[in-house]
Amino acid sequence: MESHHKILILDDETAWLEVNREILTRLPSKPETRAVNTGARAVALLDAEPFRLLICDLKMPKMDGLQVLSIVRRRFPELRTVVLTALEDEEFRSRAYALGVDLFWLKTDIQQNPQMFLDCVESLLGRDMETGFRGIQSKSLMDIIQMECLSRSSTVLRITRGPLVAKLWIQEGELIDAEAEGARGEAAFRRILAWKSGTFENLSAEPKRERTIFKSVNALLLESAQNMDEAANPTGPDSIEEADHRKTIWKLALVAREGAEFVVASSAERQNEVDAWGTQNAGQLAAWTRRVAEVAKRLSDRLEAGPLLYVVGNSVERQVLLLPGGEKSYLVAWPPDAPADQLFEKTKKLVASWDS
Amino acid sequence: MGFLTRFFKGHAAVQQLPAGSLTVNRDGQVVTSTIASGYPQGLLRDIVRDVMLLFRQAREAQMPLAEFSIHFASLRITAREMRGGAVIFLSPQTVPTTPSQPDRL
Repeated sequence: MESHHKILILDDETAWLEVNREILTRLPSKPETRAVNTGARAVALLDAEPFRLLICDLKMPKMDGLQVLSIVRRRFPELRTVVLTALEDEEFRSRAYALGVDLFWLKTDIQQNPQMFLDCVESLLGRDMETGFRGIQSKSLMDIIQMECLSRSSTVLRITRGPLVAKLWIQEGELIDAEAEGARGEAAFRRILAWKSGTFENLSAEPKRERTIFKSVNALLLESAQNMDEAANPTGPDSIEEADHRKTIWKLALVAREGAEFVVASSAERQNEVDAWGTQNAGQLAAWTRRVAEVAKRLSDRLEAGPLLYVVGNSVERQVLLLPGGEKSYLVAWPPDAPADQLFEKTKKLVASWDS
Repeated sequence: MGFLTRFFKGHAAVQQLPAGSLTVNRDGQVVTSTIASGYPQGLLRDIVRDVMLLFRQAREAQMPLAEFSIHFASLRITAREMRGGAVIFLSPQTVPTTPSQPDRL
């Protein structure tokens, strides 16, 4: 039987509840919507029935939206939350994100661009619940840290997982400090890496923060991967979530250890299946990989040149090697100064370990 | 003599691999070529079209390439981007082209 997600709308203004319900009927997934006008009723309803998403106003009598959200975050950590308010105050936005909301929308913005709001809500409804860090879709925390480091950013990442809050200080692309669960430095970083899901936000950089971490992010990732492997329960199978998380850490550690810049593994038949690390441009790179495979096959047939072995390319920024496989093709990028004569073997080795 | 040729007049259906280089302008027209003139021009046009396509699509994928080589079992096509056009080298391979294959003793 086809099941529809359920959305709960909380707003003390009845007119807005109606507007919201009307807008949400345009969602392609046709979710079931319920509406309540007080925080107490919302919490009671969430207790009684499973909902996928809560759309919550902030300014309400008795129990305001922030109070509702803090209760919801503790009691229903899997529930997606969207703030929809008329309060154009950055402080409220910041406080809402600190409570772990997925989206913060102004009512005026919805009136101007309802389609974008619908796209965001649809994306939240469709996203898998189990793992991943909200803030950037489908990115793991390691991806986010690596992106900040690769782009030589200076920022403070505040990460929230239910009641737990952690912070990572990144200065000019280097991780300099971490704080989580009462720990600081490398120990805190390792604890954060063990979190499988959460939300994060970027705060202003703190260049004067005392440095407690002196190892590179890659070295810490490798250590964490090793620790997780040793700590894995040898007597019983991991849960799917734990196994996925360990696999994620291992893949990232593998890419870091081999010195590759990114890896994109794509299936020729199932175009939506793209497994990528180290790049934000996975979809386009996977499309290019498939196109090269098509072109190579066509040329091979026309010229009678035999099967495609591999494709290698280079630019000022990087070298890439495309390795065709039975089910998947792999595009691996290497730094421009990596020895060209070793790329093929290094790529083969990395690819062999990738799905093992 | 002549008995066999009477029955087996056709040439063996083995196509020779192209060898040499081509220079192509930004419009995909061949400017210079050292490929044997007997080689089918249609096949050369296919190579040029596909090479230019891959350069363009690499740019669209935000991964512009200055050079790439497609390694087939018996042919290597190397293309170098040149002011919007390309110079293309076609090198038949007599042994599989694995770059780090150990030297034979």
